[in-house]
Amino acid sequence: MAEYDRQGSVGQPPVTGIGRRQLLGGTVSGASLFLAAPAAFAQFKVEVAGVGLTQRPFALAPFKRVTQVPVAVDQVVIADLERSGEFRQVASASGELDENTRPNFEPWRAVGADALITGSINQVAVGRWDVRYRLWDVVRGEDLGGVSFPAQDSELRLAAHRVADSVYEKLTGVRGVFATRVAYVTADGSQNRLWIADADGESPQAALDSPQPVISPAWSPEGERLAYVSFEARKPVVYVHTLATGKRQVVANYRGSNSAPAWMPDGKGLVATLSLAGHSQIYAIGLEGGRPTRLSDSQSIDTEPTFSPDGKLLYFVSDRGGSPQIYRMAAGGGNVQRITFSGGYNVSPSIAPDGNRMAYVGLVEGRYTLMVMDLTSGAAQPVPGALDVESPSFSANGRMIVYASRTKGRDELITTTVDGRVRTRLLGAKGDIREPAWGPFRD
Amino acid sequence: MFTTKSKTAQWLGALVVAAVLAGCGSTVPLDSKPVTVVDKSKADGAGQSAQSAGANTVAPVAVKSASLGDMGPENVGRIVYFDFDSAAVKAESREVILAHARYLRANPERRVVLEGHTDERGSREYNVALGQRRAESVAKTMLVFGVKANAMESVSFGEEKPAMLGSNEGAWEANRRVEITYR
Repeated sequence: MAEYDRQGSVGQPPVTGIGRRQLLGGTVSGASLFLAAPAAFAQFKVEVAGVGLTQRPFALAPFKRVTQVPVAVDQVVIADLERSGEFRQVASASGELDENTRPNFEPWRAVGADALITGSINQVAVGRWDVRYRLWDVVRGEDLGGVSFPAQDSELRLAAHRVADSVYEKLTGVRGVFATRVAYVTADGSQNRLWIADADGESPQAALDSPQPVISPAWSPEGERLAYVSFEARKPVVYVHTLATGKRQVVANYRGSNSAPAWMPDGKGLVATLSLAGHSQIYAIGLEGGRPTRLSDSQSIDTEPTFSPDGKLLYFVSDRGGSPQIYRMAAGGGNVQRITFSGGYNVSPSIAPDGNRMAYVGLVEGRYTLMVMDLTSGAAQPVPGALDVESPSFSANGRMIVYASRTKGRDELITTTVDGRVRTRLLGAKGDIREPAWGPFRD
Repeated sequence: MFTTKSKTAQWLGALVVAAVLAGCGSTVPLDSKPVTVVDKSKADGAGQSAQSAGANTVAPVAVKSASLGDMGPENVGRIVYFDFDSAAVKAESREVILAHARYLRANPERRVVLEGHTDERGSREYNVALGQRRAESVAKTMLVFGVKANAMESVSFGEEKPAMLGSNEGAWEANRRVEITYR
């Protein structure tokens, strides 16, 4: 990737003779080597659009290209920005512009765009490309800089996501998550699979295929391994699975049940729930072996551990007070504080990357509801419209939450902005799709 | 990735692999197949096969086959049911548990696995712990009835292996259970 400064290079003269041409958002254009993934896994589809005023209008002029590009890079960028819920595309009003051409801003102001993305996709060699873009502030007529991303054929989609991330960060100051991945489980009869897909739901790859259930996938901090619980041994056992090689390591197969793995922020060990003391308690487990260290100390159920981002606190679920509630303790155990007080069933904590908010599931008026708590004040709100919820997981930038929802007897995945205004839905073709875990930033 | 043998399925499988190769940009290797877990849950075959005739006949040793007495005591139920959010063994379950405890005391080499389950409501991980608590509850009762601790293991399937599908009281009731199994 190369960043070029705001001056850029002086390129060709401005494009003249601009016609009005509507770009249809969302259609896949161009010839394509890319076969649609099996019908089971369409993209996350935007379900509820936010109120128009809160979304910033942008335009993308078709990226200049000489040869046919196997991936619809423009469309991927547009779809990413719209799926964030923070942007909406206005119709394009010109032909192709590349990143070096200073545009005439009037037609873009006329269609109401605040920002304009221009760019090009250049073939460097057979199977190798250079994707470049530049961002323009239409209102002030300013060049906001641009970036180029090298990509092989198989990385073109990722390059498009990186363009969208880069644009998003320039406009919001927040790092984008379009290049991240999501793990999830599908269950169809006795076929259970653990999938890794791009954050938009595309390009799913099955990491595990098992006749027995799989639950609780958890991304390692560097994004190269997954911990999960598999029942293939006819009891729950915690594995760590290296994605690039498919190699698996049994991390916890102690007497009884082993479940609820969560990574330590340094990636060198896990915490998990083990029953070897005769009831479900939380232990620290190093990946190099050695005896697990007990962290929780109750006669009750203690489970669903998850670290704060700085690694100093361990949040968990306990019924020591008579009902399942969320607590936290020091990372090494001790100094336990109760966090949820409202309602009789509060479980499945997920801590936002800034450490200040917690998403969780609370049983409210008979419905399992997605709740978000401000950890500084303790105030908690339900996320509007997020009901029948399981396993919420924050995105790496803390702006969105993915969760599984049971609708009409089937599980599906939903992403939502934290205010509940924009939701997208991923539906499996057959069977259930569940247990989502949003992966870390990819470097 | 797909293991069926029909030509159509193989061709589709090749297309899917091509799609994956064309579309991914991740660190999962491009030519990877998923790790496929062989189903280990199928029981071993029956005990020793019949002897073969021949000059080098070797007299078989009759190891006590796993299939004999595999199911524990005959004509005894194997399932203990529980109330919602409870792991308390109900009075009506004591007879069943006692029968299994007697069997285990009479057959000290046998090992029992108590498999705890829950209905589908709530967090999957909390349900693993609740199923575990139910299994442990049955184990404690067996301990009181004289079964040795190392003859028993308590495990949980949480809500993942329902006995009955459905989102209604009947299914929920049927799923809140411990299954007494001999492996």
